[in-house]
Amino acid sequence: MNAILNVVATIGRGAIACCRSAGALAIFAVEGLIHIFLPPYYPRLFGRAIFGMGFLSLPVVALTAIFAGMVIALQSYTGFARYAAQSQIATIVALSVTRELGPVLAGLMMAGRAGAAMAAELGTMRVTDQIDALQTLSTKPMKYLVAPRLLAGIVAMPILVIIADILGVLGGFIVSTVKLGFNGQTYIQDSLAALHTGDVTLGLAKAVVFGFIIALSGCFHGYRSRGGAEGVGSATTSAVVMASVLVLALDYGMTEVFFTR
Amino acid sequence: MSAADIPKIRIRGLRKAFGSKPVLDGVDLDVAAGTSMVVIGGSGTGKSVLLKCILGLIEPDAGRIEIDGQDILTLGRRARQDARAEIGMLFQNGALFDSMTVRDNVAFGLIARHQSSRAAAHQKADTVLGQVGLAPSVGDLSPSELSGGMQKRVALARAIASEPAIMFFDEPTTGLDPIMGAVIDGLIVDCVKRLGSTAIAITHDMASSQRIGDRAAMLHKGRIIWEGPAAQILESGNPIVDQFTHGRREGPIQMELRR
Ligand SMILES: Nc1ncnc2c1ncn2[C@@H]1O[C@H](COP(=O)(O)OP(=O)(O)OP(=O)(O)O)[C@@H](O)[C@H]1O
Ligand SMILES: [Mg+2]
Repeated sequence: MNAILNVVATIGRGAIACCRSAGALAIFAVEGLIHIFLPPYYPRLFGRAIFGMGFLSLPVVALTAIFAGMVIALQSYTGFARYAAQSQIATIVALSVTRELGPVLAGLMMAGRAGAAMAAELGTMRVTDQIDALQTLSTKPMKYLVAPRLLAGIVAMPILVIIADILGVLGGFIVSTVKLGFNGQTYIQDSLAALHTGDVTLGLAKAVVFGFIIALSGCFHGYRSRGGAEGVGSATTSAVVMASVLVLALDYGMTEVFFTR
Repeated sequence: MSAADIPKIRIRGLRKAFGSKPVLDGVDLDVAAGTSMVVIGGSGTGKSVLLKCILGLIEPDAGRIEIDGQDILTLGRRARQDARAEIGMLFQNGALFDSMTVRDNVAFGLIARHQSSRAAAHQKADTVLGQVGLAPSVGDLSPSELSGGMQKRVALARAIASEPAIMFFDEPTTGLDPIMGAVIDGLIVDCVKRLGSTAIAITHDMASSQRIGDRAAMLHKGRIIWEGPAAQILESGNPIVDQFTHGRREGPIQMELRR
């Protein structure tokens, strides 16, 4: 009897802790968003955040996108060439890159790169009392630290995804023309014909959401970290895990809502 | 009661527990305007928590914190912020912003608080750095390039730059050599007297407590167990205080050592 009660109690405690974290995350998100709009603004900090999150992430996102485009072209050739015309490959590459792979791969790379960096930076500030010090110097940490990063995530991700889309299609183009011997001009025409505004728009909408989620995970876990270097380490891990899982889950959710009506 | 009788800071029945562990268990403390209070107490007795409660960084469970006779815990958010904006804090580990230069660190509060221009704030920062014995060229360095003693001085400069009416110093001399410790103490006394501010300083160092404090109090097991003139702390007559100030191993305080 007691053993059963213990199990129930453990599950209940876990569920309560889960709800509490979710609630704290929601409050944190809303508060961060409100602070984006209310003055004072910190354009320099926004600039720095966008530089770190966007510009410095370009190489890794670019490489991922090129290779993803290349491998899609190769895979669909071995899989489809028997039945379909070669033009199908251009279509497959263009659609999968803009709809899915561009945003998702960029999102995962950013979760590991920018999300982790934010969690580590804010976490270190937290455990060394720098966040408390900000408050004693009449500065709201949510506004000074969190809001610029959230905004940077929202702005930087779509730009990165546009670049990833272009490079992904370029990757497919390279494999198709160099390795598979397709006509380059036809390939580009097929790609453009396959793309509708809706595909690109949805990809970018995903990017906005992912950018916000990644910055939110990094800030949330960093801001609430405690317990010295170890605490910062586990905050960073939590931020990356949460961001990655949410990116994949929301990707499915948004695809479901927009493509299968 | 006339205005002169109202202490600048009055704490009554302050309680704070983390989980089931009570840290502050009914702290009562008065600090008269223009005086400095030294708080001593063993490691982990909640001295830093006490300061953080007054600063609003930790929400106490119960009690009153009055500044100029007004209980700030009952004030609205805005008024609370205003009351606390006049407190300068030197954190135990400095808490310098490592993404900024030393000069930006010291000027930070001036820019955030008084809306003074960057140039004016930087000029003032250089002046204050000079007051704590640092050359203006140090202002261009980042905090990680400084020695521990220099970091303490920069943290002190940042705490006093906006000339706050209340100043908190959390172990300002811990980890410094005796001469540097005496220098920092001198700087603290200097600026507290010059600005006529009210100060609370936490220290483990008896010599330092004699230099800084007008009065002294000892925090033990969540309460203030002794309060009196700082000069009397070495002959307080209280066995707990005596054991602490003389650093004796035997006495009423049992160190919890586990092996
Ligand atoms: N944010 C917190 N969460 C949980 N426990 C805390 C927190 N802050 C402090 N404590 C606990 O409160 C107690 C008092 O901590 P505090 O930092 O005030 O000690 P202290 O008197 O300043 O010690 P020291 O002289 O070593 O600095 C400690 O046992 C600490 O573990
Ligand atoms: Mg302390």
